[in-house]
Amino acid sequence: MVVDVVLKPEISDPQGQAVLGALGRLGHDGITSVRQGKHFVLEVDGTPDEAELQQIAETLLANPVIEDVELHLTTD
Amino acid sequence: MRIGVITFPGSLDDVDAARAIRLAGADPVALWHADHDLRDVEAVVLPGGFSYGDYLRAGAIAARAPMMRDVIDRARAGMPVLGICNGFQVLCEAGLLPGALTRNSHLHFRNRDQVLAVERADTAWTSAYSTGQRIVIPVKNGEGRYVGSPDDLDRLEGEGRVAFRYVDGNPNGSSRDIAGVTSEDGRVVGLMPHPEHAVEDLTGPSTDGLGFFTSILKAVVDA
Amino acid sequence: MSADQTAGQASATAGLSDLDTGPGRLRHQLDTVALAASTPDDEQPFAELGLKADEYARIKDILGRRPTTAELAMYSVMWSEHCSYKSSKVHLRQFGDLPPSDALLVGIGENAGVVDVGDGYAVTFKVESHNHPSYVEPYQGAATGVGGIVRDILTMGARPIAVMDSLRFGRADAPDTARVLPGVVSGVGGYGNCLGLPNIGGELLFDDCYAGNPLVNALCVGVMKHEDVRLAKAEGVGNKVILFGARTGGDGIGGVSVLASETFDAEGPAKRPSVQVGDPFTEKLLIEACLEIFQQDLVTGIQDLGGAGLSCATSELASAGTGGMHVDLDTVPLRDSTLTPAEILMSESQERMCAIVEPAKVADFLAVCAKWDVLATVIGEVTDGDRLTVDWHGERIVDVPPRTVAHEGPVYERPMQRPADLDALQADDPARLPRPTTGAELQAHWLAVVSSPDGADKTWVTEQYDRYVRGNTVLAQPDDAGVLRIDEDSHRGIALSLDGNGRHARLDPYTGTQLNLAEAYRNVAVSGARPLAVTNCLNFGSPEEPEVMWQFAEAVRGLADGCRELGLPVTGGNVSLYNQTGDVAINPTPVIGVLGVHEDVRKRVPTGWRTAGETVLLLGATRPEFGGSAWASVVHGHLGGRPPAVDLAAERSLGELLAALGREGLVSSAHDLADGGLAQALTESALRYGVGARLHLDGDPFTALFSESTARALVTTSDPKAVKDTADFAGVPVTELGTTGGDALVVGGLPELPLAELRAAWTATLPALFGSPEAAVGTVPAGTVPTS
Repeated sequence: MVVDVVLKPEISDPQGQAVLGALGRLGHDGITSVRQGKHFVLEVDGTPDEAELQQIAETLLANPVIEDVELHLTTD
Repeated sequence: MRIGVITFPGSLDDVDAARAIRLAGADPVALWHADHDLRDVEAVVLPGGFSYGDYLRAGAIAARAPMMRDVIDRARAGMPVLGICNGFQVLCEAGLLPGALTRNSHLHFRNRDQVLAVERADTAWTSAYSTGQRIVIPVKNGEGRYVGSPDDLDRLEGEGRVAFRYVDGNPNGSSRDIAGVTSEDGRVVGLMPHPEHAVEDLTGPSTDGLGFFTSILKAVVDA
Repeated sequence: MSADQTAGQASATAGLSDLDTGPGRLRHQLDTVALAASTPDDEQPFAELGLKADEYARIKDILGRRPTTAELAMYSVMWSEHCSYKSSKVHLRQFGDLPPSDALLVGIGENAGVVDVGDGYAVTFKVESHNHPSYVEPYQGAATGVGGIVRDILTMGARPIAVMDSLRFGRADAPDTARVLPGVVSGVGGYGNCLGLPNIGGELLFDDCYAGNPLVNALCVGVMKHEDVRLAKAEGVGNKVILFGARTGGDGIGGVSVLASETFDAEGPAKRPSVQVGDPFTEKLLIEACLEIFQQDLVTGIQDLGGAGLSCATSELASAGTGGMHVDLDTVPLRDSTLTPAEILMSESQERMCAIVEPAKVADFLAVCAKWDVLATVIGEVTDGDRLTVDWHGERIVDVPPRTVAHEGPVYERPMQRPADLDALQADDPARLPRPTTGAELQAHWLAVVSSPDGADKTWVTEQYDRYVRGNTVLAQPDDAGVLRIDEDSHRGIALSLDGNGRHARLDPYTGTQLNLAEAYRNVAVSGARPLAVTNCLNFGSPEEPEVMWQFAEAVRGLADGCRELGLPVTGGNVSLYNQTGDVAINPTPVIGVLGVHEDVRKRVPTGWRTAGETVLLLGATRPEFGGSAWASVVHGHLGGRPPAVDLAAERSLGELLAALGREGLVSSAHDLADGGLAQALTESALRYGVGARLHLDGDPFTALFSESTARALVTTSDPKAVKDTADFAGVPVTELGTTGGDALVVGGLPELPLAELRAAWTATLPALFGSPEAAVGTVPAGTVPTS
């Protein structure tokens, strides 16, 4: 179970901007935007309860005021 | 009169908050995050620091501590709560105050003596000030940039819930220079700067911060 | 124990994985004591582990057999330069030979010395280097440097109350400095801020000689009551050995030295060692748990885990106690289950401590740890006899006399030789350098000195540090000394300064080291404190170079003689050797810390001018002394001649005078004169609160502005007659320079210097080099929520 959390598009991301600046200085002019986020890997015993995981992701792993969250179920 | 100061693992400015309460003439009461006992306090201060290392998001894990459930219930019933720095982050994460605090725009931790304008001098924590008064208190944070969606910020300003703004320079890139906000009823207040570090001539840049603690004393005595 | 790994030392980890599984036929077989006894002739990779053939032979002699791989790992790391002080020991003995001091409660040899500061309070302080790790991984290197020194202070039973940092980098405009400096600064800040320790001062200096060897020296100071002093020793048969704090991982096994080692070839070591990673949150919990454990009197001995990890902690605890200890290594909680026993013994995972606890107190000990979410595990016990034994899955892998590991390592009297170039260097007197003659030239040189990276405003760095937390910081950078209140009722306090000057030490290590001592002493004295004790961090090149060894020996001799003359004890210290790139060593850089006491901290004297209309006085005598000066370095890129003369008797008189002036409330500010001379001191005094002055300089204005003669301080007063009378009585020369006021520095013979212009020059340097946070803030328009 993987949860990705990134800042909402309307919230500025200074860390992403810093990476973008560095890419520019390294000559990678084609990159126009970088957004930095968090990647959580959760190991679940048995069959995961999707609703429960969705709730965990939205209430603890992400702050819905400023962050978007995306869940990816993996089987291995 | 008893004012609680909650210590979470990683709280740092709890001794300072307790000292400020004492200097204002009240009794600081140490509260432990894992307890469910507010020990008959009449108001609570959530101090600065890096609760739980701020590892998930600043204030996120502390907002879900056992003691915070009691604080949230009592705050909704009118108990005054002040969140300073990490305490402000906890209040936002707990949903008691709107908005969120994120990484400073310049990505550095910054400690400086900061001028603030008091925009709300009628809350439980600010009655010692006058509206528009300039005060100097330290600011020190790495994740103090106040953000919200434009609609939320418009609404906040429309409701007059911006309690403090940064003046003479915005230390962290906060939206609309917002340094602190209040709940609708003026009982719950949060700000990034540290009034508890401006309570003695010997150790602070001013004694401008003492007003927070004399204000609450008056608010509770008058209530 | 220092965790400083040094470049050029043979790697202590090369092929550790090979080690445990053993070379040749030992592969896949645990190397036990029994096996070692039955296979005496097996070849062992002692050289790869940094041991010399005669050192290896001595280990065999001690054990009466070949060491097991785990024993070999322990000896190699404990007998390394940074753990055993094998090159420096013979010289450092001079500190122990200083006359006994009443103020010293615990002396050299423990984790940190302890000083009596009155009213039943004891203060412990120490500086430690983390130079090489900070070069390899600036953020983590610096962060774990702070973490390590804080644990040393905690180990003594004290609550850590503040940190300081002394930093040196290559040229400020060198590309690598832009990589290393920001990371180091945010590492020092990130760790200290998260621990809730105010950073109250330090140094930031630049010189080409540090390009491949930045110096990151961190100081921590702690306070306790006399009766709370703890020592690192394992006593009482049957007492439990408890490991607590973070889990053990592969951090810094043999350390980052492998990364920098010349033997790091394309194939690389079998297992790439990881850099030590700090977790300040865990350390904060460890601090609070320890203080509660001390309060409940639950330990008989305690030791932190730093360099050499469990090898060091167990052998030092056992060696300082009755000698016997047994550890079951499989009980150690691991973060990485693939670690081998030797790796577990050598791991430098951070945020770990080791305690000796009576069986009846174990439950209470574990309860305190549980309250603070600190993992604690009984891993062994104190035993009868004098052997340190370690088992792994029931098999004995270590059986050694612990003293031979911890305290009876090799001691070398390395050959010494005065550097061949020193005569020429000393003969190259700065008198030959062109000097400014007109007022405009003098002012241009003044601005050049104060806007140089060494002289410039350090706010870019210090605003990344929390100076307010704990609410007892009375003075911090940019004041000359950090001053802390230690008792809110009695107003007792302490002052600390940390100073070094590699240029002076390069020209004459004996005198240069005394100059550093004098400067730290003076910085403490100008705050109004009475100096009490000295610590040090001695950063030098390779001890295997006779010229470096001579510099080291001279520095130690200078410091010992200086302390004897000032009547101050040396409470401890740290030695960092092998600071060099190829054949080129850094300038010898002894960094000296002085601790002073304030009977009433409310009487502290700040450095800045606050009030107009006060008289500006210069205390002390000025001679034309420019060897190793900031002026010669900044304006001419010159290093040569003799450093300024040392006059410790004059320092002492000045110190006593300043203390008296502070006590009587006769001065409103005091600032020491050092690098950059009067020009630097005037700049800092005026800009602190934006108060100018109208001044006149007697004699040669160039000498007045740029000489670095010692035993001088600038003071302001509203009662110049009383100050002069007091100074006359103390035998300290006084020169009246003028009066404070206005928004410019108006110095006779020079163009008027508006403070705004001076401030612009002084403050622009570091932001221009390392990025302005303001510029970044500017990308977020105020009043709108930016979108990307």
